[in-house]
Amino acid sequence: MKKNIITLVVGGTLIAAALESCKPHNASNAVTGNASIKAYVAPGKYDEVYNFVSGGFSGQMSVYGIPSGRLFRVIPVFSVDPEKGWGYSEETKPMLNTSHGFVPWDDLHHVQLSKTNGDADGRWVFGNANNTPRVARISLKTYKTEEIIELPNSAGNHSSPFLTENTEYVVAGTRFSVPPDNVNGDVPINTYKQNFKGYLSFISVGKEDGKLDIAFQLECPGVNFDLSRAGKGVSHGWFFFSCYNTEQANTLLEVNASQKDKDFIMAVNWKKAEEYIKAGKGRKVNAKYAHNKYNESTHSATSEIRNEVTVLNVKDFPDICYMMPCPKSPHGCDVDPSGEYIVGSGKLAALIPVFSFSKMIKAIEAKAFDGAFDGLPIIKYEAALYGEVKKPGLGPLHTEFDSNGNAYTSFFVSSEVVKWNVKDLKVLDRVPTFYSVGHLCVVEGDSKHPTGKYLIAYNKITKDRFLPTGPELAQSAQLYDISGDKMEMILDFPTIGEPHYAQAVLAEKIQKNSQKIYKIEDNKHKYVTKGEQEAKVVREGNQVHVYMTCVRSHFAPDNIEGIKMGDEVYFHITNLEQDWDVPHGFAVKGAVNAELLIMPGETTTLKWVPDRVGITPIYCTDFCSALHQEMQGYVRVSPSGSNVPLVWSLGTNLPKANEVGSK
Amino acid sequence: MKNKLSGLSKILLILSSALLVCSAFTPIWQIDLDAPQYPEGLNLKIYADKLGGDVEIINGLNHYIGMKTLHTVDFVEFSILRFIIFFFALFAIITAVLGKKKLLYALLFTFVLFGVVAMFDFWRWEYNYGHDLNPHAAIIIPDMAYQPPLIGFKQLLNFGAYSIPDIGGWLFIGSGLCMLIAVIKEYKFSS
Repeated sequence: MKKNIITLVVGGTLIAAALESCKPHNASNAVTGNASIKAYVAPGKYDEVYNFVSGGFSGQMSVYGIPSGRLFRVIPVFSVDPEKGWGYSEETKPMLNTSHGFVPWDDLHHVQLSKTNGDADGRWVFGNANNTPRVARISLKTYKTEEIIELPNSAGNHSSPFLTENTEYVVAGTRFSVPPDNVNGDVPINTYKQNFKGYLSFISVGKEDGKLDIAFQLECPGVNFDLSRAGKGVSHGWFFFSCYNTEQANTLLEVNASQKDKDFIMAVNWKKAEEYIKAGKGRKVNAKYAHNKYNESTHSATSEIRNEVTVLNVKDFPDICYMMPCPKSPHGCDVDPSGEYIVGSGKLAALIPVFSFSKMIKAIEAKAFDGAFDGLPIIKYEAALYGEVKKPGLGPLHTEFDSNGNAYTSFFVSSEVVKWNVKDLKVLDRVPTFYSVGHLCVVEGDSKHPTGKYLIAYNKITKDRFLPTGPELAQSAQLYDISGDKMEMILDFPTIGEPHYAQAVLAEKIQKNSQKIYKIEDNKHKYVTKGEQEAKVVREGNQVHVYMTCVRSHFAPDNIEGIKMGDEVYFHITNLEQDWDVPHGFAVKGAVNAELLIMPGETTTLKWVPDRVGITPIYCTDFCSALHQEMQGYVRVSPSGSNVPLVWSLGTNLPKANEVGSK
Repeated sequence: MKNKLSGLSKILLILSSALLVCSAFTPIWQIDLDAPQYPEGLNLKIYADKLGGDVEIINGLNHYIGMKTLHTVDFVEFSILRFIIFFFALFAIITAVLGKKKLLYALLFTFVLFGVVAMFDFWRWEYNYGHDLNPHAAIIIPDMAYQPPLIGFKQLLNFGAYSIPDIGGWLFIGSGLCMLIAVIKEYKFSS
């Protein structure tokens, strides 16, 4: 009996151990020996690639180097950033103005590099605000957000900002359909089918200055527009939007919008729409939206509220939009480098349909339609289908391409990247991601000429990949070398916010354009101080304007007296430096907004309303020189009605200050 | 015949004159400064009539050690240097045209003399700037002077200073060499 028990225990343990060792190996051993060499960029050496990564709910865009995964900069876009004074300085506050007023944050999902002839041209990068619908244009010279335009008639600007092949338009499709802004929106929610519309915005981009303007909007049936891509090459002139919730549900979408076997990819002939607009077929409607621009020579932004937009109802123009059935709530909708193949990715599908642009055109000409969706012709599935990638994985989301005719698709549910050939639709390779990849990006992988040596997967879940930091963990990216037949994971790196889409471009294309300083002689700020001799303090009623300069390592003036309770003090700080990498900071004790970071040659303003009588210190926050700790000053605040004269000084100690610069 | 210059010497003199004219419009001397914080380097260029390069940045840095700021207008040399160079260019042409050996010898002698005086002058203002320091400067290191080298390399605190002729300087030297070759040739022939 006893023997039997021992046998049972020992045997059981052995079986358990055997089963344990049969368990598949996890993440950590997916990396091979020499992988780290491939991701290693020696100190002082540059990365090969710039990677512009969306910050998701951080509202910002980050810039990483590939293959090292090093973070270079977080560009403030839609969210305030007290570190840089973005949204806090008087100059940048207008950038975050909307028709709802000042909105201090957003959810930036997708980035797009400006293109010429279908390839990245390194001039600008665009980002979308998913929550309060906006599109931003960021300069790749200054890495500063230069323009933000709000989108009326939209809600949840998700299918955005995707560009046509010569950056003619930034296109933005609404995720939520809603009643248009100019009609009474006070309707029962369950009247979705009658009252809710989906708007697609075509924002023109100035050829030279990049200036954004809503050229026209297309009013489409109420669905959820998810993602989109412009045609290129043969399909230039068309745009493709993935649509889900074609059930037109307004509640419990996870069930109600997943009923149909197929939703649609909507093909839009935007050249045609453009013709109708030129022919005056558009309808001008009232709308209210903000257009914010940052002027590099005044170092200041202005916000203008616009009141009109041109709309084309696609139902009235039947040759603009066509619906291509696509299985199971399509998410990604990606166009291959040639422009011939359109890859739809149904979030819940177990196959990937690939559509042929030329077949689609033939189907339209032959009217190979299968009914209509809310008045828009539905092309027969097989008539536009090139073929299906069979059993690629579960839950395909996004696809990018390399220069050898291969596609790389991310799979959220099966947590992997799958490589397949666009021509024969055969799966070639698959690698796991850790965990649940969303977007992926191949270097210039959405352009006509991908330069894919690297693929980066942006993951939604990290769990055990890094040292834990409490319940809120870093989100992450994984870098794969795709230069060989087999994809090879070479690096994991954490990201800011939540990374959605990202784009990568060869560094050589843009690094030379990076600006070093702003020329002080070109500074046209209203309150610029172009030398210490011009520094002054001017009282206008209860507003006090301080024309202050900074240079290593002092402010001029650095002693100010005669500020009174009830005053609004505007510190207009000009950084007189004209040397690379010498910003100065400016901070005021008790300031309820933020600090300033002032780049060489720039003027920036901090508003300060003193809340108590006494001496308030000011200092430079950016370690600028060996004497940075000496870069400080004092402001004396007196009770309102006090007769302390307004004086300012530099280098003359009190009590003499009372006689210097007295007004 | 004995006192006349050969054709080759005349060509050398014309070349010498042309080189001098060019040198008057190109930077003659440069002082390269390197520091850990300035991997890209800072460059001070001295032209016949002005200072060029990163003068403002260098001035900004020099205030820490109390060195006077550099301004073109503070140097009388810049108002006359180009004319002196033109004078020698003209002198060389006249020598070639008249073809007199004595003139050639006089040219080389005065030219070398000018070079020596100019270098002495350069050393003198390097010395003055390097030693005449503001006693209230933020950084004062006992017995430390900041005189850049006349020619060659010298470490000045965190900056390595490398002082060498620039294009114009080399043209100037080339011009002198042309004169020298002519002199040697003429001297050999006559002896």
